[in-house]
Order: sequence, then structure tokens, then C-alpha cells
Amino acid sequence: MADTFERIKKIVVDRLDVEESKVTMEASFKDDLEADSLDVVELVMELEDEFDMEISDDDAENIATVGDAVNYINSNQ
Amino acid sequence: MLAGKVALVTGGSRGIGKAIALELAKQGAKVAVNFSGNEEKAQEVVDEIVELGSEALKIKANVANESEVKGMIKQVVESFGSLDILVNNAGITRDNLLMRMKTEEFDEVIETNLKGVFLCTKGVTRQMMKQRSGRIINISSVVGVSGNPGQANYVAAKAGVIGLTKSTAKELASRNVLVNAIAPGFIETDMTAKLTEEQRSGMIGLIPLEKLGQAEDVAKVVRFLASDDANYITGQTIHVDGGMIM
Repeated sequence: MADTFERIKKIVVDRLDVEESKVTMEASFKDDLEADSLDVVELVMELEDEFDMEISDDDAENIATVGDAVNYINSNQ
Repeated sequence: MLAGKVALVTGGSRGIGKAIALELAKQGAKVAVNFSGNEEKAQEVVDEIVELGSEALKIKANVANESEVKGMIKQVVESFGSLDILVNNAGITRDNLLMRMKTEEFDEVIETNLKGVFLCTKGVTRQMMKQRSGRIINISSVVGVSGNPGQANYVAAKAGVIGLTKSTAKELASRNVLVNAIAPGFIETDMTAKLTEEQRSGMIGLIPLEKLGQAEDVAKVVRFLASDDANYITGQTIHVDGGMIM
């Protein structure tokens, strides 16, 4: 669990160029981390590569916060 | 000019697509030649490209079929390592007067000529966004701008391609993926060879330059749009039509 979070946090920090402290489980990509819709699509692509899995478009639409991503990955790996 | 770049040309086995594939190869690009029916013709294009000193591969896929498109793009990236230039050229005609046009004739043309562009574009977007660079060049048609009797399906698809080009250009600009369309006029190909002499001279009467275009005239504009010389151009439709539409 913690490991997934850390790996996602690193990607988010790199991709969105935000402070590490801002990347919490509750942080919303769009509202708190200043991602636009295309950034979120790209993040999902990177998560797919990082965790070697496929995230369907339908599932991706439900990933709004860092916590959503962590939970999705933990329950689908 | 395009050394090290990888291009995918849909409908690349003959006509305008073939000229585009050869032109890009002449500039040093590795070219994937997509075809749907005629494998022999596609192989000829591949052989010509190899003779030019570049690399090529032929891929059979129906651009209107999502899983075939996905497979094709995967094959290009696996074989050549990247995908820098997509030329959406594959197209068909099923001409008929609107009153007589069967729904199937309408659907078939929209599926290949418009949905095919959507599927191929969507398919390459991931790779190009990751690369932070890419060029998508859509072959529309002058009739997509002007309209043409007997081609409601074809015209609707080609006009649709222009809209798709603009939306895609806006969505992908921030990732340095540039998307443009070319609207060829009457070009000497198998498609225009079917015309009667009367239709032909009637057409030429509409063209200020008083002649049909050559596939190479279109290919050279593709070459330009694919090159670094076109770094500041996106969302445009460039007419290659001898001045037919101004």
C-alpha cells in the first residue's frame, strides 16, 4: 500500500511539477495538483507503464484523486 | 530531411498514398505501408523503398476496425522503435446520387474515410504524446470544402476529416503533436482514371492551372508538413488543387 503510494507520488511530482507535500491520498489531480484533462490522461498512461497493467477508459474516468489511483492499482494488480 | 523518423501511411499501396510513402522514404524516413486488399502492390512499394535505401514494412489492416488498427500501430512501434508521422490517406468511394444512395454506401464511406482517421489518430496519440512530438497529416479532399453532386457520403467524410483535424490539433498542441489536413483537388489516380473524357475536360475547366494534379504534388506537401520546416503550423487545411477553391 505505502509502496504503491510512493511510486505514484514520484510520478505525480515529476509529471505535474508539484511539491511532494501536496501529493496526499486526498489530493485531487485537477483541483489540488493543477492537472488539466490531458495531464490526467498522461498520468494514467504512466501508471499503466509503471505498474504494467491496462486501465480501461471507463476506469480511468473514475480516478480523480491520488487515493483513487492507489486503491485502483492495489485492487487490480 | 526526415532521417531517423518513422512514418505510417494508411492506404499506402497505390495512388496518392504510394507517392507519399515513397516521398517520405526518399527523405530518409522508415515507412510502414498499410494496405487492405492488394498485398502485391504493397510489397512493390516496400521493395521500391528498400531500393531507395530506407526501411519499410507492409501491414494489412482495415482502418475502420479498431483492433486491427491497434495491432498495426503496435507493430510499427515494435518494428521501428517510434512513430513520428501518421498519414491518414486510406479512402474509398461509393458514389451515388443522394436519392439513390443506400445507407450501406453512406456508412461504408464514413467508416473508412472518417472513422478510420479517428481510430488511427487515437491509436498513435499515446506514442506521440509520450515522445512529445509527432505529426498527423490527414488527406481530406477539395470536395470536402466545396461539395460535389453524387458524393454526399464522401464529401461528408472529407469535411468531417477537416473538423477532426482542427479538434485534434487543439487537443494535442501542448504536447507538440501537430495535426494538419491536405485537400487535394483532381489528382491523376485510379480513382480519377474511371472518369469519362467528358467528365475530365469538364473538371479541367474548373481548374485555373488547367490540368490535373499528380500524386507527387500532394506527397511533397506531406513531406513539408512532416518536416521541421512546418514547426509552427497546426490545424490547417492546405489545398493542393491547382487553384480550384480559393
